[in-house]
Amino acid sequence: MSTQSPSKPAATPRVRAGVHFMGGDFACAEGALAAGVDFFAGYPITPSTEVCEHLAQRLPQVGGKFVQMEDELASIAAIIGASAAGARSLTATSGPGFSLMMENIGLAAMMEVPCVIVDVMRGSPSTGLPTGVGQADIYQARWGSHGDYAVIAYCPSSPQECFDLTIQAFNAADKYRVPVMVMMDEVIGHMTEKVVIPPASEIPFTPRKRPSLPPGDSEYLPYMPDDDLVPPMAHAGEGYKIHMTGLTHDERGYPALSAEPHEKLVNRLVDKIRVHAADIVMHEDFLLDDAETIVVAFGCTARSARAAVNLARRQGVRAGLLRPITAWPFPTARIKELIAAGQVKQFVVPEINLGQVRREVERLTQLPVRRVHRAGGAMITPETILEAIVQ
Amino acid sequence: MRTRTESLPGLTQIRIAGYGGQGIILTGMLLGKAASLFDGKHAVFTQSYGPEARGGASSADVVISDGPIDYPLVIEPDILVALFQEAYMRFRPQLKPGGTLILENDLVHPSAGDENASRIPATRMATELGKRIVTNVVVFGYTVGKTGVVSRDAAEKAIEATVKPKTIELNLRAFNAGFELATQEVAV
Repeated sequence: MSTQSPSKPAATPRVRAGVHFMGGDFACAEGALAAGVDFFAGYPITPSTEVCEHLAQRLPQVGGKFVQMEDELASIAAIIGASAAGARSLTATSGPGFSLMMENIGLAAMMEVPCVIVDVMRGSPSTGLPTGVGQADIYQARWGSHGDYAVIAYCPSSPQECFDLTIQAFNAADKYRVPVMVMMDEVIGHMTEKVVIPPASEIPFTPRKRPSLPPGDSEYLPYMPDDDLVPPMAHAGEGYKIHMTGLTHDERGYPALSAEPHEKLVNRLVDKIRVHAADIVMHEDFLLDDAETIVVAFGCTARSARAAVNLARRQGVRAGLLRPITAWPFPTARIKELIAAGQVKQFVVPEINLGQVRREVERLTQLPVRRVHRAGGAMITPETILEAIVQ
Repeated sequence: MRTRTESLPGLTQIRIAGYGGQGIILTGMLLGKAASLFDGKHAVFTQSYGPEARGGASSADVVISDGPIDYPLVIEPDILVALFQEAYMRFRPQLKPGGTLILENDLVHPSAGDENASRIPATRMATELGKRIVTNVVVFGYTVGKTGVVSRDAAEKAIEATVKPKTIELNLRAFNAGFELATQEVAV
């Protein structure tokens, strides 16, 4: 069902190849279209509304389906259903809606249904600051639903990355059969900058792994993983015998309510991401070769951090920036490698929350980890980060 | 902290301030698009959201630079364009000392010290062109003519790439009216 381009040329093509001056939310929506999104279900909420609005206009133009749902519980349920039927599916929300989606994100993880959830972070908790920036949903992305499972979460730092990483999110979701988050923040979602959209033929596309047996074959086991721990996926309506449940299940997908199958299933859900972490993790290194102070920052804060590193360098301070592009899996191996190299003397972690990524860094090192936090509503300035670097 | 210490030669911060309906968002978009897509520079456009954007003073902010822009927000405008009294009062204190101040002549009364600010009767000029809705494009033309922050060619291309095809001609006339007024003043 997923298509790279519409079968009939549309007035506005699915992939709007060219150079644009485009907002982050719009770029995310265009990235989804370029990735072949077939189905969007969502409930508009600031600061993610433009993703929803733009797809309401664009998806019908290219033969896709857009549904405005009654709430976020229904939105995530709908995209899981659409994906089980073979669609590339998406929802977009912000903190309050993200909280409402948590139960069914666990369901998607348990049933191994690929889907992409965009969360444009605003000041939180609760309804918090609807129009103010936040970065405090990072732990929620990883741990928000109950139980042990694994997800992938990308943190764009520009409208261009909103486009690129939304495509990446769809590909990773299908490759590993997991819910994938695109964790934008209000500043990135609402800022407008140059976005280059390549021709449709250059958009990376990772197809979902499909069963090798034909529909109806009684040998087919919908939850029998390959060596990469990911089971090929049959779609509802194709003629395969499929059963999906949030209960612990065996390879047939039937409930298997005892310790042994539970142990096997839950470990595999976590391991299928853990063992592929090196392939999934993305980070940007900026001036790290000789860095004695390493700033770890993501999203809009990484832009301030890069400015701060440049300012520090002008003062002769050897600072560098490690920007996690995937928050989950976290670039743990890279940080360990930098620590082992022996050059780094301290870390600085600025973020618009009270210390989520900082805790990830702290648990990897005995070196000082300087905190630069604010609860939300405004960006952290380069000057504030510079103070922590030169302290 | 008011100063943008990352400020580099070739980095310009612009704020266009007015009230909802004056088209300040489009003006910001046009400036950013002209710089980013047609002048080969880097540009970031941001706008005010929230209750303050629904009536009352709101702003469209553009940062233009020769190099990549890290911090995307305007802290201290080099150029402030105010189209409405309340917007002028609210944003005037943030203008960089020695910065360029452009005011809507009929809608903003400059305070003491700002008598020499550039003033353009943009709303009146747009009305004379037949459509008050192009006030913002008159202002865009005037700002480009006065400051050269983007090239005339890039500005015109940005208009052509942005407005509805059937309104391109009117918008270009509005742009030129503002641009010509500014360049005449510069010549004097």
